[in-house]
Amino acid sequence: MGNDAHTPDAAASVDFEQVQSTERFQELRKRHRSFVFPMAVAFLLWYFAYVLLADYAVDFMSTKVWGNINVGLILGLLQFISTFAITGWYVSYSNRRLDPIAAEIRNEIEGHEFDKGGNRVSGVTK
Amino acid sequence: MIGIATAVDVAALKDTTLLNMGIFGLFVAVTMVIVLRASRNNKTAADYYAAGRSFTGSQNGTAIAGDYLSAASFLGITGAIAINGYDGFMYSIGFLVAWLVALLLVAELLRNTGKFTMADVLSFRLKQRPVRIAAAISTLAVCFFYLLAQMAGAGSLISLLLGISDWGGQALVIIVVGALMIMYVLIGGMKGTTWVQIIKAILLIAGAAVMTFWVLAIYGFNLSDLLGGAVETSGNPNILNPGLQYGKTETSKLDFMSLALALVLGTAALPHVLMRFYTVPTAKEARKSVVWSIGLIGLFYLFTLVLGYGAAALVGAETIKAAPGGVNSAAPLLAFYLGGPLLLGFISAVAFATILAVVAGLTITAAASFAHDIYASVISKGKADAETEVKVARRTVVVIGVMAILGGIFANGQNVAFLVALAFAVAASANLPTIVYSLFWRRFTTQGAVWSMYGGLGSAIILIAFSPVVSGLKTSMVPGANFAFFPLSNPGIVSIPLAFLLGWLGTVLDKKREDTAKQAEMEVRSLTGVGAEKAVDH
Repeated sequence: MGNDAHTPDAAASVDFEQVQSTERFQELRKRHRSFVFPMAVAFLLWYFAYVLLADYAVDFMSTKVWGNINVGLILGLLQFISTFAITGWYVSYSNRRLDPIAAEIRNEIEGHEFDKGGNRVSGVTK
Repeated sequence: MIGIATAVDVAALKDTTLLNMGIFGLFVAVTMVIVLRASRNNKTAADYYAAGRSFTGSQNGTAIAGDYLSAASFLGITGAIAINGYDGFMYSIGFLVAWLVALLLVAELLRNTGKFTMADVLSFRLKQRPVRIAAAISTLAVCFFYLLAQMAGAGSLISLLLGISDWGGQALVIIVVGALMIMYVLIGGMKGTTWVQIIKAILLIAGAAVMTFWVLAIYGFNLSDLLGGAVETSGNPNILNPGLQYGKTETSKLDFMSLALALVLGTAALPHVLMRFYTVPTAKEARKSVVWSIGLIGLFYLFTLVLGYGAAALVGAETIKAAPGGVNSAAPLLAFYLGGPLLLGFISAVAFATILAVVAGLTITAAASFAHDIYASVISKGKADAETEVKVARRTVVVIGVMAILGGIFANGQNVAFLVALAFAVAASANLPTIVYSLFWRRFTTQGAVWSMYGGLGSAIILIAFSPVVSGLKTSMVPGANFAFFPLSNPGIVSIPLAFLLGWLGTVLDKKREDTAKQAEMEVRSLTGVGAEKAVDH
């Protein structure tokens, strides 16, 4: 035991390396990574650009734009907006591009299509 | 709108003590009934630690917001904006943007591969014992720092809200708060704790919304006029510009970079936040949880922007600094200015509830980590049944509760926001590199995980010990001594890159390879959710 995160379930006797090597799983992995990695890099760069500006470009950030509202406040509020926007974007991307293919693979595994020991049910197309 | 800064009579606050206590008592009574009802179904370990995985994404998202919007963010950020203006606002941006790390890289994958604790995920495909022990130690360390911050906050809050200014009286109130918290966690487990968080989050956000609306109404819903009011009362136009707090010297500028790094990378590595993702039935609900919490937390921080500048304009920095509780009193004083004793009583009760609920969430996380990772997996080598494990968890709750009470009594008066920022730095250094590597880097090994976790945890704590937070300044914990050779008060800028480096180095220097079948299993499970822990059916 020790790590009982591995529950005795439909996935207990699955050949995960075989699943991992299927084209469809590689496609899922690629779709996931090609979205989350660039997005993570982008929002971190944008956040640190903002922090650096606030830290070292005080005069620029203090420029008044409208009434008492300055560049710093606008950029700060844009951080809120970009956070909300990325959240929405990720959710719609997952719903369209990740969830369907993940559900397909999950159903096949739970339908014992990837079990070890040759008792495979139907044709696994690779 | 000018000259009303003197309208807040701090001495009059003491007259509202009974009202404050009454409203708080009502909150305790109502939540206790709910906790008792919720606890009727607490049978298995999954019930106790993960609320039977029965919460919906929106419920859990609200509870996460409740966990995250601690006294430090509500009182601390409002106060920081009221006193330091724009620099206080930057805190809240870091706290919010950090959620994207949790959303994109951690939440769903973690929900799919773990069971109760962070260590479940980290030790999934690596060697059980060393990784589990390291993860449990860092979980306990982060929870301890965070607990200390909350309990220290309780002390300064009490001095303001209940008019108890002597040390003994404050200690007594800390004991009462701690004892209540132990009861919630013992009886309610994760389910009870989650309901307390949900109720508290709704009250806190509603209270802040009313105050925000009120402040904006005073200024004719014109943000520019509100900012103008803050400048007028403070007599310092720089309150709208960055740099008032962190722009003083080159060291303080670097310190802000360090803080920003710790804030943005720490959130997704806080054990009590990670554990919340196990209270929902699926990864999709975990995603929904984060979406909800980002919405609620973002909204709340927009409120604190208005409340902070509102307090600066309507109460005034001088009055706030002079009040008992200092910076932390900005929000309660603003409530008193706007709505008199009744609104103050409501806001005070919510602030108390905040501390109570956050402390409860931290305690159950620490107890689960000890019982599940150290007791069940290491001490009894997996032979303990779930019933014994939960029994151990309950005993741990009492021990941690007592430690939190003692720590709170001695940390009373320490700067709350600082302590929380340190907890974030420790979490980002000790946990985040290993979480990211084990989810995304196939080659990652046990040695890399152990080096990264101990290296990150150790360097963060050592740098804090030799920083100006502990010694060398009048405001330090040990004001008489000076052994501060590290100039920054936040260690993140050194310890976080170091932990990433150690994780990489430990892996490439490791001659042993990890089990590729386990790696395949973890990757497939994390992305597809196959075999993930299901909701408990009652």
